[in-house]
Amino acid sequence: MKRTLPALLLLSFSLVAIAAGVEPRAFDRPEQEARYRALIAELRCLVCQNQNLAESDAELARDLRDQTYEMIRAGRSDDEIVEFMVGRYGDFVLYRPPVTVTTALLWFGPAVLVTLGAVLALLYVRRRAGRTTGATLSEDEEKKARALLSGKAVDP
Amino acid sequence: MIPEIGHFALILALGVAAVQGVLPLIGTARGIPGWVATAVPAARAQLLLLLVAFGALTYSFVVSDFSVAYVAHNSNTEQPLVYRISAVWGAHEGSLLLWALLLALWTVGVSLFRRGLPDELVARVAATCGLVSIGFLLFMLLTSNPFDRLIPVPTQGRELNPLLQDPGLALHPPMLYMGYVGLVVPFAFAVAALMEGRVDAAWVRWSRPWTLVAWVFLTLGIALGSWWSYYELGWGGWWFWDPVENASLMPWLVATGLLHSLAVTEKRGAFKAWTVLLAIFGFSLSLLGTFLVRSGVLVSVHAFASDPARGVFILIFLAAVVGSSLLLYAWRAPAVAGGGSFELMSRETLLLLNNVVLVAASASILLGTLYPLFMDALGLGKISVGPPYFNSVFVPLALPLVLLLGLGPLVRWKEDSASALARALWPTAAAAVALGTALVVLLGGGTVVGVILSTVLAVWVLLTAGAGLARRLRKRGGLAGLFGLPRAYLGMVVAHLGVAVLTLGIAVSSTYSKERDVNMGVGESAKVGNHDFRFEGVTRLPGPNYLATQGTVRVTREGREVATLHPEKRQYASQSHSMTEAAIHSRLTRDIYVALGEAAQGDAWSLRIYNKPFIQWIWWGSVLMALGGLLAATDRRYRLLAEAARQPGAGGPSRLALAGKR
Amino acid sequence: MGRYVALGLFLILLIFLGYGLTLNPREVPSPLIGKPAPAFRLPTVADPAKSMGTDDFAGKVTLLNVWASWCVSCRQEHPLLVELARKGSVQVYGLNYKDTRQDARRWLASFGDPYVASAFDEDGRVGIEWGVYGVPETFVIDRKGVIRHKLTGPVTPENWAKTLQPLIQRLQTAD
Repeated sequence: MKRTLPALLLLSFSLVAIAAGVEPRAFDRPEQEARYRALIAELRCLVCQNQNLAESDAELARDLRDQTYEMIRAGRSDDEIVEFMVGRYGDFVLYRPPVTVTTALLWFGPAVLVTLGAVLALLYVRRRAGRTTGATLSEDEEKKARALLSGKAVDP
Repeated sequence: MIPEIGHFALILALGVAAVQGVLPLIGTARGIPGWVATAVPAARAQLLLLLVAFGALTYSFVVSDFSVAYVAHNSNTEQPLVYRISAVWGAHEGSLLLWALLLALWTVGVSLFRRGLPDELVARVAATCGLVSIGFLLFMLLTSNPFDRLIPVPTQGRELNPLLQDPGLALHPPMLYMGYVGLVVPFAFAVAALMEGRVDAAWVRWSRPWTLVAWVFLTLGIALGSWWSYYELGWGGWWFWDPVENASLMPWLVATGLLHSLAVTEKRGAFKAWTVLLAIFGFSLSLLGTFLVRSGVLVSVHAFASDPARGVFILIFLAAVVGSSLLLYAWRAPAVAGGGSFELMSRETLLLLNNVVLVAASASILLGTLYPLFMDALGLGKISVGPPYFNSVFVPLALPLVLLLGLGPLVRWKEDSASALARALWPTAAAAVALGTALVVLLGGGTVVGVILSTVLAVWVLLTAGAGLARRLRKRGGLAGLFGLPRAYLGMVVAHLGVAVLTLGIAVSSTYSKERDVNMGVGESAKVGNHDFRFEGVTRLPGPNYLATQGTVRVTREGREVATLHPEKRQYASQSHSMTEAAIHSRLTRDIYVALGEAAQGDAWSLRIYNKPFIQWIWWGSVLMALGGLLAATDRRYRLLAEAARQPGAGGPSRLALAGKR
Repeated sequence: MGRYVALGLFLILLIFLGYGLTLNPREVPSPLIGKPAPAFRLPTVADPAKSMGTDDFAGKVTLLNVWASWCVSCRQEHPLLVELARKGSVQVYGLNYKDTRQDARRWLASFGDPYVASAFDEDGRVGIEWGVYGVPETFVIDRKGVIRHKLTGPVTPENWAKTLQPLIQRLQTAD
């Protein structure tokens, strides 16, 4: 008798991945196909763990790929398509969050961080520069390192 | 009975970890030699107990003991033996056991290959590891016991996720965990240094090779994971910026920074406090990654099943370990500060900038990974932060780093002349621009700034590494001197070449890849890039625990036979979805990648075909980096330390490498 | 001073992570709240010749319940919907999402039909217009035809008593 283990559905390692969306589609121009691929790569599948529309095998992802494809064929612009999706599913569908007041820290944080880091580092260097004395290690440390290398190390 | 032995061994290990974490610390503080001496035997006893536990769990998998819940959830009798074994670490509970086991292994490694380490330092390091171990063992015993029984006992188990039934993924977690856990050693050294209030050259020479070995494992682990997702997931991608990937990249970036800052601390005695802080960051980020992946606060492709109790536990654990070590740092940092001085134009400055960029990159990834959580927590709405964000933030940080990387090794320590450098290097820079641009034209042209810039920089690294090597060899009388060069130097050159190869692989493959989805009937052909693909139909093949539909695709180029590929779709009995097994034909300069889609009308099938130039360079570059790390870790001066100490059990270069591998 | 920075940042991070444990990262709020319900007109499940649409809601507070016969949690919430319809607490319309007519009718026959009518959204296009991403979903629409609330997942006695019922009562008494 084979027991089913329903609780396991919740416990399982939830890596769901299957080659999804191998869907030959016809486009009028290669530029449209490029736009289609770029769009489905940047739109999020809402029901999936963390996948874009291109990667997901979920039914909804398939429908939204169809939707994207049809809108492209109908001559709608990328912005219009993104607006369509956001209007129905919210900013959550965008893997590229829009730059707004609330995402300013996200978008500008890294640049601020690296600039601040570089400035602090250079200030630190300038403060230290010009006092070159030649001693790298303190005398104590020098002695210890030498002792170690010569084999008379650290016998407690 | 066997699982109970395993469970009991875990409980004993917890007790031993408590001894290992507490007695030596009191011993060193109060000067009680007997208590100090408990550290090493306790670490060894713990390793033994965890080996018993791990053995018991492995045994339960091998004999398919479905009375153990974890076994029943992740294995069944039809699963091939090798995947019954790899299932031991295939899910949450078992992977924690592997963590704990590797932690004990690293601790014992430090005590075995101590290379003249003073007893007190060994004791402090082992105690720190012991304290971390207490956390992991408690976590396992309280929330995630791999030995929990299942009643009633099912006659058949569920199955390990078929995606994980793959040699690449059987090996990926142990490698990656070796890296994550290995960062505990520099961390423990840093904590010990803070307790002692001293960071000296000897300390650096002890902790540096350990950091290198851990970094090598982390590098290989990440590369293996990326390679696996490339050939197994069927999307042709190799990096998805998923939280679980970010969780491994963040400690890697910081560990890379740490390696460079250790170099400065060793050679010049500078950046001491910073080095210690980076060592703390590195391990903290590996713990944070554990939290992110296992607590359910983020949505990730690879997330482990989450449970609020687990999340709360790891959070407390994280707060205890990271909080206390940062507090210790804040308190003791002044004691370890100081060091040699240097001028603005010096290798120290460049390495400091390297650290700034690496830490900023790591922090940016952390920011992007956690931003949706911040927004949600503050009630500002739900957003997603994905690959478009990470690419646009990471690439502009990575490219200057590659520029610095070429320059750094050619600049003198302490002080150099900017004008002399410029005079010496402008021909190299010009050659890099010319050769890099020529390469892009050769590869397909276009005026994509990113690919030109990356290629030029990759060539720049190649040329500067060559220039540096030539300069050294001239001093040593030609090529014959190559093997006389210090391994640390060779290691650096090899690792930096690895970065060049990686950069080229990423830039070229992401710019010039060709992709097509086609429906093909039997006998029909499609052209992708300069290859023709002829579909010759599908056959059904039974596998050990799945039924495969195997396609045959004949690949030709200008009429000449190139390869016959067999992409598969596998239907596992336990799964509703079928899994794809892409067929890949790799050459040095390109991969041809065919994945089988769905049956279409008649005998036609949909197929996805990629031509990905230079993609293998991504993983070869990573392997070179790891090789460089290994070379550097086996440098003569670390061996000298060992010989100097003449400790029984301390050994030569290969032994050091073994310390990681066993 | 600088040496406390790392500790400070870490403590802030901890607070967020701790708070994060109480949040559900999978729940996506609808941008349609406070906006007019997207208009649609579709044939009904019961009769392909008849149609149902947003116009039918006119003037009354309405629950639009998105359901399917293949949806497991729909069965869980269904008895409650049947009971609500029986008591006449609110008018309930259905949107039958990506289903077959036969399955849908059989399902209603065996579990009861709480819906004034169910629209038959075979290809899920109306579902997309409404931002449906997981079935069941339930929308609360006010008398002016504005979406006031969206519940993802089954209606339970708890969320009915706590959220839906008070909201519906408020909307019904408001002018």
